[in-house]
Amino acid sequence: MAKAFDFKANVNKALADQQLRGNFAAAMGGFVLKRRALLSDPEETERLRAAVRAIRRRTLAKLPKLLQKLEENCTKNGIHVHWAETTDEANALVLSILRSHNATRLVKGKSMVSEEMHLNHFLEAHGIEVAETDLGEFIIQLAGEPPSHIIVPAVHKNRRQVGEIFHQHLPDTPLTEDIPELNAIARKTLRRKYMEADAGLSGVNFAVAETGTLCLVENEGNGRMCTTAPPLHIAVAGIEKVIEKLEDIHPVYRLLTASATGQLITTYFNMITSPRRKGERDGPDEIHLILLDNGRSDILADPELRQTLQCIRCGSCLNHCPVYTRIGGHAYGHVYPGPIGKILTPQMVGLDEAGKLTTASSLCNACEEVCPAMIPIPDLLRRLRSELNAPSGEGTVRGHGAGRSCTEAAVWKGWQLVNTTPKLNELATRMAGLLGDRLPAVGPLGAWMSARTRPKLARKSLHRRCREEGVDDV
Amino acid sequence: MRIYPEKPKNVYFFGTCLVDMAYPDAGMAGIRLLEREGLRVVYPQDQSCCGQPAYNSGYMDEAREVARKQLDSFPRDWPIIVPSGSCAGMMHRHYPKLFEGDPDYFRAKAFSNRVFELTEFLVRVCGIRLADKGAPVTVTWHSSCHAMREMGIIGICKDLIGQLENVTLVELEKEYECCGFGGTFSVKQPEISAAMVRDKAEAAFRTGAQVLLTADCGCLMNITGALDRMGLAMTGKHIAEFIWERTNG
Repeated sequence: MAKAFDFKANVNKALADQQLRGNFAAAMGGFVLKRRALLSDPEETERLRAAVRAIRRRTLAKLPKLLQKLEENCTKNGIHVHWAETTDEANALVLSILRSHNATRLVKGKSMVSEEMHLNHFLEAHGIEVAETDLGEFIIQLAGEPPSHIIVPAVHKNRRQVGEIFHQHLPDTPLTEDIPELNAIARKTLRRKYMEADAGLSGVNFAVAETGTLCLVENEGNGRMCTTAPPLHIAVAGIEKVIEKLEDIHPVYRLLTASATGQLITTYFNMITSPRRKGERDGPDEIHLILLDNGRSDILADPELRQTLQCIRCGSCLNHCPVYTRIGGHAYGHVYPGPIGKILTPQMVGLDEAGKLTTASSLCNACEEVCPAMIPIPDLLRRLRSELNAPSGEGTVRGHGAGRSCTEAAVWKGWQLVNTTPKLNELATRMAGLLGDRLPAVGPLGAWMSARTRPKLARKSLHRRCREEGVDDV
Repeated sequence: MRIYPEKPKNVYFFGTCLVDMAYPDAGMAGIRLLEREGLRVVYPQDQSCCGQPAYNSGYMDEAREVARKQLDSFPRDWPIIVPSGSCAGMMHRHYPKLFEGDPDYFRAKAFSNRVFELTEFLVRVCGIRLADKGAPVTVTWHSSCHAMREMGIIGICKDLIGQLENVTLVELEKEYECCGFGGTFSVKQPEISAAMVRDKAEAAFRTGAQVLLTADCGCLMNITGALDRMGLAMTGKHIAEFIWERTNG
């Protein structure tokens, strides 16, 4: 089992890695510019965002009904639908489907839900050979690392590092950092995998309830290869990935690609509605859809936190986050990094395990500003912080109260008293002005002074200046 | 889009706790600028803090009680002028949320509608015109997150700077990125905050400007503290103080 989550250690390690910081600053800066170029009309962008939010909210409001409809229509189309409450159940389902086909070689398209399930480890432990085929996933699988970003999993590597990984892990591969050459190496390796695979696994961007269609958004064509070349296709999706109608796709897809990579559309948009029909030249003989809950029902049940599930996994909040840009995805220690990870992860795994993540935000609102589904991430962070600090018995999120510190609670009570008692406030301000430059640099002041000089407090407060300089009171 | 009132006779001034303790000159400058526009400025001595530190830290009850104290301290139906994008954002945007389900909800809602950031009030309501009396100087501008994303006043601030004849504004690289203060964020995550503010201080220094301007004293304290610590000779100033100094001869 992995080591206990130590966010502070992760952060310090990431901040000390100049190469990593350089790679992230460059890549994220590029994404920010591309998005800005594509969404150059702020009014149009706001209209689109409002539309996406409305679609996502409507979907979530009737999620159980839509899921039922999705199952009916998928089944009608010949897609087998399975339900998994936990990641363990989902993993077991994948394995049993593979076993029933005697499948031992699996090619995978990119899927964050499969990361959530830690599917690769599970299958490999059961003798299945798993090959990631998204270029980024392929790179990090060779390097033995988890994704560092929701949509660009190997964004933390530059081409020199990728060249080294290929050279080290792929037999007979010369060392190169030439991008076309690196692409050719990956292509050659992956072609063979598609040919030999017994089964393909993919995620789902939109599962359309109206028609029972699974949609896959991608740029490399590997998703299409995984879902058409092998005889068996397994799709995994979080239950929130359902979308009501085909016509809902357009605005969501439009903003998904624009927010994620600054693209108007992607190179491929796959719509999978049934297994191979008689007379068709390609496609799998059998398709399975596994719908995973893993805590999503609990999130859905809370009217405020439910907004977390509006996420369409574009990664834009990561690209624009000053914290993510500096520490990278691995520091978050969980599958979903960045601002969305900071609200999603603690709800999935509990505040006792990942509550610390909620403190890693300056609440600058950059994430909220760019979120295509208008998720109020800062508001949800505040909510989770209040649950983290909740007195025992209060709060609804799993692990609430785990960050409760009596000292901190007392400090805030004291702060409240000072700020509601004018005489006390006056006294405290005066004391701070007199003693401020003599206080020892420990606690908050120590943290502050690790990177800054001591704040200079005024001898005369504004309150006092106003009195002395004749500004009217009431 | 916000609808602005006619220019009133009286306004309240909310100084913010940081201005009160560390930047009273900026506060006084804000008050004098309003007075020069012909307004009577009232500074209720009972005021304290907008409540944001506790609100952002998840101590909602404590935040609400301190916020309630402000509702009590500004009873008349006058605009409340705030020389800080962040505190103005708290009072204008977040008070209604903070008081949801509270008997004071409608009072908070009415209060929040009366809150204006200083520069937006000077420009949008007073129609201020500035006559620069200072020597030529180059400045750069840091868009504090909440002035930008909660109050939407960055264009206004830059227009104001543009009114000053002898002032040249140079763009700050990644102007829109957070400086890493974030209130208790700088204490809870000092390492990340330090990385952010160092980048910001370096970028500010690289502009070659003599002065860094902002509409927020939190950012100001953060960035100037880092500049000092890194030995980078550059002054930071609140925009109100800068304007007052240059136009008051």
